[in-house]
Amino acid sequence: MYDASNPGVTLEQTDIKIAANKVQVYYGETHAIKDVNIDIQEKTVTAFIGPSGCGKSTFLRCLNRMNDTIDICRVEGDIHLDGEDIYDKRVDPVQLRAKVGMVFQKPNPFPKSIYDNVAYGPRIHGLARNKGELDEIVEKALRRGAIWDEVKDRLDAPGTGLSGGQQQRLCIARAIATEPEVLLMDEPCSALDPIATAQVEELIDDLRARYSVVIVTHSMQQAARVSQKTAFFHLGNLVEYDDTANIFTNPRDERTESYITGRIG
Amino acid sequence: MTDVTSGANMAPKPKTSLLVQDARTKRRNAAEARFRTYGVVAITIAMLALVGLLSSILYNGSSAFRQTFITLDVYLDPAKLDKDGSGDIAKIAKVTTFGYAPLIKKSFEAEFEKSGIGVDGMKSKDAAKMISKEGPAELRRFVLAHPHMIGETVTFEFLASGRIDGYYKGRVTMKSAEIDKNVSPQQLQLADQLKAAGLLETKWNWGFLTRADASENRPEAAGLGVAILGSFYMMIVVLCLALPIGVATSIYLEEFAPRNWITDVIEVNISNLAAVPSIVFGILGLAIFINFAGLPQSAPIVGGLVLTLMTLPTIIIATRASLKAVPPSIRDAALGVGASKMQAVFHHVLPLAAPGILTGTIIGLAQALGETAPLLLIGMVAFVREFPGAPPEGFFDPAAALPVQVYNWTQRADPAFVERASGAIIVLLVFLLCMNAIAILLRRRFERRW
Ligand SMILES: Nc1ncnc2c1ncn2[C@@H]1O[C@H](COP(=O)(O)OP(=O)(O)OP(=O)(O)O)[C@@H](O)[C@H]1O
Ligand SMILES: [Mg+2]
Repeated sequence: MYDASNPGVTLEQTDIKIAANKVQVYYGETHAIKDVNIDIQEKTVTAFIGPSGCGKSTFLRCLNRMNDTIDICRVEGDIHLDGEDIYDKRVDPVQLRAKVGMVFQKPNPFPKSIYDNVAYGPRIHGLARNKGELDEIVEKALRRGAIWDEVKDRLDAPGTGLSGGQQQRLCIARAIATEPEVLLMDEPCSALDPIATAQVEELIDDLRARYSVVIVTHSMQQAARVSQKTAFFHLGNLVEYDDTANIFTNPRDERTESYITGRIG
Repeated sequence: MTDVTSGANMAPKPKTSLLVQDARTKRRNAAEARFRTYGVVAITIAMLALVGLLSSILYNGSSAFRQTFITLDVYLDPAKLDKDGSGDIAKIAKVTTFGYAPLIKKSFEAEFEKSGIGVDGMKSKDAAKMISKEGPAELRRFVLAHPHMIGETVTFEFLASGRIDGYYKGRVTMKSAEIDKNVSPQQLQLADQLKAAGLLETKWNWGFLTRADASENRPEAAGLGVAILGSFYMMIVVLCLALPIGVATSIYLEEFAPRNWITDVIEVNISNLAAVPSIVFGILGLAIFINFAGLPQSAPIVGGLVLTLMTLPTIIIATRASLKAVPPSIRDAALGVGASKMQAVFHHVLPLAAPGILTGTIIGLAQALGETAPLLLIGMVAFVREFPGAPPEGFFDPAAALPVQVYNWTQRADPAFVERASGAIIVLLVFLLCMNAIAILLRRRFERRW
């Protein structure tokens, strides 16, 4: 198992954005996340990989307290964002989620116009003072979401009328429109064609200049391409967490090696 | 063992033609055909029952919308109405309805003289009985409203009595008139003569919708006005109370309430409330709203409150179902961009659930509109002649309700009330149809927005 004190992992060089310590997640009786310790760094792309059902989404949802919405879900341990415990009683999850944005595994645009989809976040957070500013924010977000060219002529059309891949990029645009500090992406590219995937990966690379990005992916190549750090989850355990290059060239755990070479999954 | 058999099955499968159905497919298709037949038969039976029901109601009730009127020139004799010629309205008002009956008698006499109609051996007194008992009262109301007309001759349209009206609707015949003490064959003959002279006419009757109820022996004057207004007031009360309370309750239970045994108990109770017989709500209303809270009997406010209690479970169940039907991913999406729970619900979930909520509400209202039993218990069955006032005071005035009026009229002996009861049912059905149409329209409108 991954050990934070392992001298092979050097975390001190960059600032730590999110620090998770002994995190346990239970769904009723099911122990879905077992004792996970991980430090996610500022201005870094971190990839979560692992076989289906190993708890990647579950752990990701802990980072912006989306698990609060699941009644049977219980989170133990502590998670710090910029040194503050996000599970502290005083923390309002709404404020947290404005800082830690999320793109979900399944595209889930609002059944409203494309424009309103993107404008919703900035509106409720009061990021724009007038219509002109809002238009600007929406256009910028759609451009960065690599979907502007496809929708610029039909911003009033319903977001649900787009194709699956377009919807997912719309959701990405929606998430970055609120300027979060951390962006959590749960398999953002699973419904995208290679071109859109490349565009999203480019976007992720851009975002790294200012934010931390955590991306769950089933594609080893994608993890290798976009991330600087990779965490390998297996059956609720964080098996290995290291520089991406190390994970893919020189995994220390044999489960990691089996997974990335395609023997377990 | 399975290995052995599966090994045996490895023998090459014989080639079959797609053009010939095998036994399995045939059986499957036969089952499907049978199922479809059952469906068609069931729908046919239902349609036949519906058509039978509707046509019988229409057949019996459509005549309630037509009424026989007799037009007469009435001389408003000052010697009878305003003896001292002062024109003082207080004195004129002293003349009772009975004082007006001779005027009508006189009109008939004048008419007989003028146009030469008349039946041998028939007195003008008997002819005057062809006019509804409501006739003199109407004449009096007219005079009190226009006292300056005294001394002049006015052309007045009277309701014909229920029997004369029945003669033109096939309810009364010459034969039945012979043994009926309320009508004589001579009167029917005279009616025919009046008709030939253009003084008697059976025509569309707005009075059925606008008049108040009338007593047992004047069915021709009975109308639904008070009942329609009473039902309308009650629907306003139900809508204003049940919709906000029901929707708020559902939103709280569905989106905010913690899942524990308390909410479970509440949930079970709401479902049970929906199944409670409506008369129980009537007893409850009687005990709480009338006996305890001291609200007036027969008042639309009490009826509305009782029907609200009855409608709430329906609205809550429908609203919760449509809230549940909104995909959770929408809530996640809203929360994910930093919306509060309340914002997620009001900006995204509620608009999506609105068509379902509206449908549920209107179905609940329609149920409430047709509900009779609880209203009987809170005194809405009383005979109400006076229209309730304008809201809000009108909510506390006595009123009737449509279904109760139907019930009331079916209890009366005079066969003329059968037609009126059926007519009232038609009115009720038309209102229900309108409400359903509104539900459909609203749903369309809301759905088109996405
Ligand atoms: N809402 C839930 N209720 C109960 N159990 C859940 C719930 N969500 C997830 N689980 C369980 O938690 C475990 C981890 O699920 P999770 O969705 O985190 O997997 P994952 O790694 O994201 O898988 P995938 O790659 O297929 O998305 C699974 O065993 C799953 O059955
Ligand atoms: Mg997942």
